[in-house]
Amino acid sequence: MTNTIRLKAFLLTLLLVGLFSMVWHFNVSGAAADHGMDAEYAAMMGAASKGGSSLPGPLDVADTVLAHLASPLNYPGTNQPGLLIHISYSIARVLAGFGLAALVAIPIGFAIGMSPLWNRALNPIIQILKPISPLAWLPLALYTIKDAELSSIFVVFICSVWPMMINTSFGVMSVRREWLNVARTLEVKPLRLALRVILPAAAPTIMTGMRISIGIAWLVIVAAEMLVGGTGIGYFVWNEWNNLEITNIITAILLVGVVGMLLDTALATAARFVAYSD
Amino acid sequence: MTTATGERPTLSIEGISKTFADGNAEPLTVFDDIWFRINQGEFVCLIGHSGCGKTTMLNILAGLDLPSNGSVIAEGTEVTGTSLDRAVVFQSHALLPWMSVATNIAFAVESRWPQWSRQKVWEHAQKYIDMVQLQGHEDRRPSELSGGMKQRVGIARAFAIEPDVLLMDEPFSALDALTRGFLQDELMTICRQQRQTAFMITHDIDEAILLADKIILMTAGPNAWVCEIVENTLPANRTRSDMHRHSNYSPMRNHLLEFLINRSDSRQELRSDGGYDNRHPPLIRPTWVEGQQTIHDQKENDDGKR
Repeated sequence: MTNTIRLKAFLLTLLLVGLFSMVWHFNVSGAAADHGMDAEYAAMMGAASKGGSSLPGPLDVADTVLAHLASPLNYPGTNQPGLLIHISYSIARVLAGFGLAALVAIPIGFAIGMSPLWNRALNPIIQILKPISPLAWLPLALYTIKDAELSSIFVVFICSVWPMMINTSFGVMSVRREWLNVARTLEVKPLRLALRVILPAAAPTIMTGMRISIGIAWLVIVAAEMLVGGTGIGYFVWNEWNNLEITNIITAILLVGVVGMLLDTALATAARFVAYSD
Repeated sequence: MTTATGERPTLSIEGISKTFADGNAEPLTVFDDIWFRINQGEFVCLIGHSGCGKTTMLNILAGLDLPSNGSVIAEGTEVTGTSLDRAVVFQSHALLPWMSVATNIAFAVESRWPQWSRQKVWEHAQKYIDMVQLQGHEDRRPSELSGGMKQRVGIARAFAIEPDVLLMDEPFSALDALTRGFLQDELMTICRQQRQTAFMITHDIDEAILLADKIILMTAGPNAWVCEIVENTLPANRTRSDMHRHSNYSPMRNHLLEFLINRSDSRQELRSDGGYDNRHPPLIRPTWVEGQQTIHDQKENDDGKR
């Protein structure tokens, strides 16, 4: 039953992607009529001179994707860093910023969840800091840290810290009273209570916060790298925009999507390990 | 302070009352000036309607809550917080859902004896898993167990820490009648074997008659009080299947039923009536008297005449 639905859904997905590609293909490969341009000018204008679109079609993109797959470490035909290098930089920055954010957010979230005093004291600060676009921090980070690499990590950190902190405190606050009462009747010491009762009880909520955070972090890193430059998939996209290499931009966009999905899937899998049903 | 007669009680409840003052609202006194004792090896049941503060009472005995007045004395010292000497079986079983059956029990064992080796902890836990006949289910999560099995784990966890007294808050009320019967039998067997001191809150009269040596009758709240203490007059070796044949069964059951239906309102004049002493509520021993007809018997005779 579920298997047939899965199969049908898969076929439907293929159909939708196929349809989209066909519409795309036929829209960009217009009639190859000669407008009587000067030959040199026509060469400069490329496809547009023939009445077609300047956008590459799906087949052009497929060619580029294959070229990048064939040479992941080097930009095809050059000795410049390839897509794999760029995306690895981006992933490393996201993981570093995200990891630091988890180290800070989970203990603070715990404290907020455990103590009404800390909850009230920190709440206004969080509410003000949370809605700030992480990119707004970038100039300040560049000015104070004076390091592009660390600044982009800081931007990832500052955007992923809030959802994790808020979800952790919410998870800790909503630990069922009866579980705490069990721990009290067993005279469980505070550290053991935190690690064996409250943390596992709140873990599913914390994991949800982590999933939200990594999603935001992945959105932000592309923009941050466009501004910071040097390496990373965001820089790659901006560089290819300057080169007007649209197929490379589309290839990079697809790659960003795939990696984002993989990051989310990884955390979803981790979430399944800490899930429990009552 | 204590009404010392003979042995020292495991738990002595001395004049406790509980008042909830919630902001502007009129303070609500749930129960007032309650005195009773739970002696070593005794099984005490508390019966009363909902609203007379039964769960609050149990929480105070467990140390999860504090009385507004009076005190609870456990083995000579005043209860000011929870203790591993007083284990609680919660109404909702309260198992930790991310732990397996064995880990739930081992967690309690480790809390009791932190210095024990891992192996010793698990052997001890296994002993109590076997006791409640959950062999083969050790690695299951609570969500994979039936309601009755969950409550067995709750009971095993409470017994596993070898407490001085076991406190139970309507432990079987969420179970179907058949499962409840099995678990009552099991609990009775274990308590008799281990000579476990126990205190149970219930609203099931037959459960109280089967399990309890002493039944405390609380009037309806607010301002609930101990109306009387009923001593179980059935023989100690009674079982669920034969206790109703005993001549004292009907008087016991009728007395309790009569109380719950007709006498449980919290009339203060009854209490202030000269004969009543808060510290020594009347002790009743319902027995069968030759020639005395219970209401139940009368009805049967009437039916017979038709």
